[in-house]
Amino acid sequence: MQSSNTGKSMDVGALTVPDRAALVQYLQRIGDDRLVLGHRLSEWCGHAPILEEDIALGNIALDLLGQATRALELAGEAEGEGRSADALAYFRDAIDFRNLQLVELARGDFGYTIARQFFFDAFSIHLMDALQYSAHAELAALAVKATKEERYHVRHSSEWMMKLGQGTDESHERIQRSVNELWRFTGEMFNVDDVDERMARLSVAPLASELRTQWNDVVSDVFARANLERPRDEFFARGGRVGKHTEVLGHMLAEMQIVARSHPGVEW
Amino acid sequence: MVATTESILDLLREVKDPELPMLDVVELGIVRDVEAAEDSVRIDITPTYSGCPAIKAIENDIIEMLTMHGVPNVTVRTVYSPAWTTDWMGDDAKEKLRVAGIAPPGRVEAEPLVLLRRAPREVVCPYCGSSNSEERSEFGSTACKAIHYCNSCQQPFDRFKTL
Repeated sequence: MQSSNTGKSMDVGALTVPDRAALVQYLQRIGDDRLVLGHRLSEWCGHAPILEEDIALGNIALDLLGQATRALELAGEAEGEGRSADALAYFRDAIDFRNLQLVELARGDFGYTIARQFFFDAFSIHLMDALQYSAHAELAALAVKATKEERYHVRHSSEWMMKLGQGTDESHERIQRSVNELWRFTGEMFNVDDVDERMARLSVAPLASELRTQWNDVVSDVFARANLERPRDEFFARGGRVGKHTEVLGHMLAEMQIVARSHPGVEW
Repeated sequence: MVATTESILDLLREVKDPELPMLDVVELGIVRDVEAAEDSVRIDITPTYSGCPAIKAIENDIIEMLTMHGVPNVTVRTVYSPAWTTDWMGDDAKEKLRVAGIAPPGRVEAEPLVLLRRAPREVVCPYCGSSNSEERSEFGSTACKAIHYCNSCQQPFDRFKTL
């Protein structure tokens, strides 16, 4: 992707109908990944193994929710039908969510949460780094901020991968098992469809497939330091980007959306 | 009253960050623009972190403070570009943090995108001045702080993260 950010807002109205629809989808994907993962992380509040970790996971969740809020605001603006970030977060059903299946999976044990977080962080930091040059000025601004935050996130999750991988026999066995179980959900991050191709043509976003090498480099480095084995690439699950989700997303949304749906418009 | 940019800034210096009450919003560097017209005032603020929960409270505090002083039609916009950096915080503000027991942020330095094992920073304990301190966690009581521990005076303390 060329550095074509002029600092000016993108004229969404000037886009063709399919390009504009693709932009809305793309911004929802960015927002939904972070909203769903942020919510999954927030489930650890009060339950993490040590106090410092409780605080860390809460902080990371907060960053992700902030990024999600902004991305969904932008999605609502691009759509032009007056939907706010809250409307998108609380009043869509699972089939209308565009997040990766990786981020929606139940949080599992601490090792599972960390392995999932690490796979996502190693992807997200490179995506956000590239999006800093997006032709969509507001998305670029979001990415500048998110890149700063992701530096902390990826260091944190990597550190735990190494600690658990080099720790006791049990911690090693459990983190390796989580890596093995999650591996088939990592391929979806690099899938490219019509939405991605349109975003790349408009210089809004890089093709996610181009980030695979950088992701692999971080993962290989951390696996080597953590003494973890890289699973074989076999079947990769996909479908989250077009609304095909695992059963657990519905359960998560039921909990996340119940208050907003029971008391529409309520403020406190 | 007729509002000028300077008079608005003076009032904004009375608005404290709710999570860092020793600092006002101007010295924290989150006030990005003030546009004072005859019958309205617009203020641009930028969040420190994407998910900073204080930003809405700050917006409300600004409106309340200015309205209380007779400034008409105050609007506050949240802007995201350029992204806030701790380098916008002045030396006075950093000293106020230190006095309050929070080690101030260092200068932002260029570093690789993915830096796994970061060389430990030398952080001076805000209580006893010793550099014999260690980082306990890069995440602390708020999004902008890390947790440190001083080996000399055995006091845990916050460090404002360099961002």
